[in-house]
Amino acid sequence: MNGIQPPTIEYGQLMPLLLVFGAAIVGVLIEAFAPRYLRKAIHVPLTMLTLLGAFGLVIVQVLRDGVPTAAVAMGAIAVDGPSLFIWGVILVLSVVSVLLINDDDNFVASAAAVPGSPDEEEAIARGGAHTEVYPLALFAIGGMMLFAASNDLLIMFVGLEVMSLPLYLLCGLARRRRLLSQESSVKYFLLGAFSSAFFLYGMAMIYGYAGTVDLGGINDALGRVGGQDTLLYLGTALLGVGLFFKIGAAPFQAWKPDVYQGAPTPITALMASGTLVAAFGAVLRVFWVALGNLDWDWRPVMWGIAILTMIVGAILAITQTDIKRMLAYSSIAHAGFLLTGVIATGEATQNANSLSALLFYLLAYGITTVGAFAVVTMVRDAGGEAGHLSRWAGLGKRSPALAGIFAFFLLAFAGIPLTSGFFGKYAVFAAAVAGGALPLVVVGVVSSAIAAFFYVRVIVLMFFSEPAADGPTIAVPSAGTAAVVALAAAATVVLGVYPQPVFDLADAAASSLFVR
Amino acid sequence: MEPAEKIIQHAGGVIGVSWLMIALPLLGAAILLLGGRRTDRWGHLLGVAMSLASFVVAVLAFVELIGLPEAQRRRGVELFQFIPGMVDMGVLIDPLSISFALLITGVGSLIHIYSIGYMSHDPARRRFFAYLNLFVAAMLLLVLADNYVGLYVGWEGVGLASYLLIGFWQQKPSAATAAQKAFIVNRVGDFGLAIGIFVIWTTFGSVAYGPVFGAAGGADQGVLTVIGLLLLLGACGKSAQVPLQSWLLDAMEGPTPVSALIHAATMVTAGVYLVVRSGAIFELAPTAQLVVTIVGVVTLLAGAIIGTAKDDIKKGLAGSTMSQIGYMMLAAGLGPAGYAFAIAHLITHGFFKANLFLGAGSIMHAMNDEVDMRKYGGLRKFLPVTFATFFIGYLAIIGFPLLSGYFTKDGIIETAMHHSAILGWLAVVGAGITGFYMSRMVFMTFFGEKRWADDAHPHESPAVMTWPLIILSVGSIFLGGYLILGNTFMQFLAPAVGRPAELPVFHFFSVPGLATLALVAVGAAFAWMKYGRAQVPVVAPRGSFLTTFARRDLYGDAINESLFMRPGQWATRFAVFFDNRGIDGLVNGLAAMIGGTSGRLRRIQTGFARSYALSILFGAAVVAGALLLVGNL
Repeated sequence: MNGIQPPTIEYGQLMPLLLVFGAAIVGVLIEAFAPRYLRKAIHVPLTMLTLLGAFGLVIVQVLRDGVPTAAVAMGAIAVDGPSLFIWGVILVLSVVSVLLINDDDNFVASAAAVPGSPDEEEAIARGGAHTEVYPLALFAIGGMMLFAASNDLLIMFVGLEVMSLPLYLLCGLARRRRLLSQESSVKYFLLGAFSSAFFLYGMAMIYGYAGTVDLGGINDALGRVGGQDTLLYLGTALLGVGLFFKIGAAPFQAWKPDVYQGAPTPITALMASGTLVAAFGAVLRVFWVALGNLDWDWRPVMWGIAILTMIVGAILAITQTDIKRMLAYSSIAHAGFLLTGVIATGEATQNANSLSALLFYLLAYGITTVGAFAVVTMVRDAGGEAGHLSRWAGLGKRSPALAGIFAFFLLAFAGIPLTSGFFGKYAVFAAAVAGGALPLVVVGVVSSAIAAFFYVRVIVLMFFSEPAADGPTIAVPSAGTAAVVALAAAATVVLGVYPQPVFDLADAAASSLFVR
Repeated sequence: MEPAEKIIQHAGGVIGVSWLMIALPLLGAAILLLGGRRTDRWGHLLGVAMSLASFVVAVLAFVELIGLPEAQRRRGVELFQFIPGMVDMGVLIDPLSISFALLITGVGSLIHIYSIGYMSHDPARRRFFAYLNLFVAAMLLLVLADNYVGLYVGWEGVGLASYLLIGFWQQKPSAATAAQKAFIVNRVGDFGLAIGIFVIWTTFGSVAYGPVFGAAGGADQGVLTVIGLLLLLGACGKSAQVPLQSWLLDAMEGPTPVSALIHAATMVTAGVYLVVRSGAIFELAPTAQLVVTIVGVVTLLAGAIIGTAKDDIKKGLAGSTMSQIGYMMLAAGLGPAGYAFAIAHLITHGFFKANLFLGAGSIMHAMNDEVDMRKYGGLRKFLPVTFATFFIGYLAIIGFPLLSGYFTKDGIIETAMHHSAILGWLAVVGAGITGFYMSRMVFMTFFGEKRWADDAHPHESPAVMTWPLIILSVGSIFLGGYLILGNTFMQFLAPAVGRPAELPVFHFFSVPGLATLALVAVGAAFAWMKYGRAQVPVVAPRGSFLTTFARRDLYGDAINESLFMRPGQWATRFAVFFDNRGIDGLVNGLAAMIGGTSGRLRRIQTGFARSYALSILFGAAVVAGALLLVGNL
């Protein structure tokens, strides 16, 4: 009897993932059955408990089993050291992002109402906001986790879509400047779909070459299959385009400023931190695991992309006048810095060092980013968030503590010592130098110097300009927002002053590299 | 000659806690500076109390020290590791340091008390007392530290306190400038001292007095000479010796108690302390010693000459201070025979100069802060206590027989004469000039007819100001005889600085002594003719070339200006020019280029999803093409 064998699923190891997805489905049911006035009261604890619980499960798993070395679910998902670390990072970043999302003032009351119509006024008068954001966010977070941990290209594509689709929607839910928000949503959707198509097409070509979508299987096929190299290179390129789009590497970065600016700021924070982490997890899996033996071929191209990304991010940020757009370009530049670490492959120890540096960088950058966007949500004027940089003039005189913290975040982005950003950059650049990418590091340092200019310019603007008479007010932060800012500032300090424990953790996670 | 005794580690007793002397005023300064306005009401009392408490500790430590056998009177107290493996911070209580400690806390406390009255109308009185306490703490650290690095910390501390106090009335541009001048000139000297300490560390592998002096005999004489000259450079800065003298006259911009405490009695004598403390090094470097004596003689004459031409009473006294420290420096350069006289003169000078300065302060207090002696005259009837005490200080400084200055200055002159006739006679001439300028000051101030401003209503100062004057004048009378007769002080200091082979005997009638008296008398008589009997013009006459020379501080500022300031300004201008045109041009050009690139690049960001998609397509084509290219190479 040779019937269909049911797949073996290691539920224990997949528990964090399953918990998040399960809670997301429960969230949808709540939307369907719970009365409107109760929904938020149920969603917020459910979401927070889910994320904290998943984080707890990750920790328990590490404490109990150490770092696993085999793929689970029939080789479809890799729950290995890097996965667990990235899951932990994504969950921490999600927790703080959800604390920001919890602030009602960011989301539209009725997304379906045409902006400026009587329907909209009616919805605003009714109060409240869409509570669908919570299950949507949970789906996105689950997608991020799956994306970063997938061990075959199909699962990766599923993860990519599960992550992206809710984000497309969430981007369009801003309470103010709704046209801008909807525009960003549509743009993100169109371009995201476009890039997904590239990814899918590349996957098809790779399958055509290797006869498998399993990452380890693709690696095994390299060199074994002859005469199909064009297919392989085209597949690699198209797969890469899909991933480069997600991390916002040049020349696939164009969506980032528009979407970051238009999206509700808490969602921007989630995208700028969580999505970036997940996308880098996927980049590492594709290029190190599936295409690891092809690194002599993809590395020169990646060099070009990294250099272009760093320079475009740093230079374009200089002339930005909107704080969220500036942070978007800063995020592009940071993606470039991270790519230098992706390029720094070599021996197993070198790979472990690069990986550990990247993991540290992702955590440090993610936390600081959420903190920075949290501050952005607090600087408001009559039209909502005061996005234009000129409105930030003299903020240091009006609200020295907040401006001081924001200045600190900016210094961390710039990579000034005693901030987490310094050690992140240092670790990645050191790994890149060890991996023989010295010219890349020189470009990285030069673009860091250029980037420092626009970070410091904001600091100068905040502290050495006279405040405008009708300048923005600092909203009294909700407990959640205040906690996010405090937590992010504390993490930025601790990782900048005493980074060793986290480095050790990242080393441990990276020590056995990815499972194949 | 008998060398200094070994340092013995000490535990317990008052000496064991002698660091309290430093800690208490430091605590006072910290409370007053950190406490802010809340301490305004009682701040001055706390300052006085801390200074007095420090004095009590000093006295008790002194009593404990003289209770010990003479050979064991150098006590070291270990405190903590200052720079691990390099400097162990400790306190050294020996006759030399305890003498200074008594002078600093004793005279310091009197001046603290006096300042209660003098600064009573100043809104920033509390800050003033905080700085005074800071000064006392730093000065005590300077003299009590058992190593050069501790001394250096104290040295910089007193420099800071001096800077803060000279510029205390910072709203006056002249005071602010004077403070900066003092600080900058002292930088030069401090730089020398710092390098000197570096050389000591390289040569001896230690900066603690015990090991350094113990090993000095085995060191190369050239190196010792270099160390000696570098230390002397430091001493010249702090003690306003030629060529670093120019700041002291301007330092009189500070409140008068500051002039009395810091710029007459204590801080400016730190250089003398440094030379005497480092005696073990100087005695092995005769060239350095010779330079010390030359600096001393040149300064004692220069200061005296400057003193003859000043109409500002405080500047006249400042010139006199320079001159008297020149005497001490001269004696300090004469080896163990001179050390006791140098320190004895330092102590008596501390008393009578503080006395004179506080007297001047009392006069200014009475005359609406007028300092021009040409606008004084006939004040003795209006300020009887001030006059009496000032007159005693005057007699002491000119060396009137049996008063303090007589014994100590005569000791220096005799020892110098013994050493070298030229040095001796130049010192005698200096004493004669002292007789002239001090008499001139007394006659212009207290005698003759009134030349006051219209709104002047002189009145005697309150008791809180006159009592310190009285106590100081008692010291001005008796202290010298007590210290010098029977070589009391020389015997006392011997464990710390050694003892000359034969002890000097004080002769009341010696050739140099009588010559000094005669010259002083001539000077005083000349002053009487010009300023006592004759009418003093209210506006200073043009005077001869020599008068201008003295009035302009022997062209000290002009020399500094042409030698250092102008070349410095040219160098600065060149640097600024180079920075603006060369470096800034490069940097700005680069920045403009990047900014321009940014401006042009951002036009690509059109906002149209279609063009973004096009750029993705374009990018994908490039990536695919590049991969194919690389892969098929």
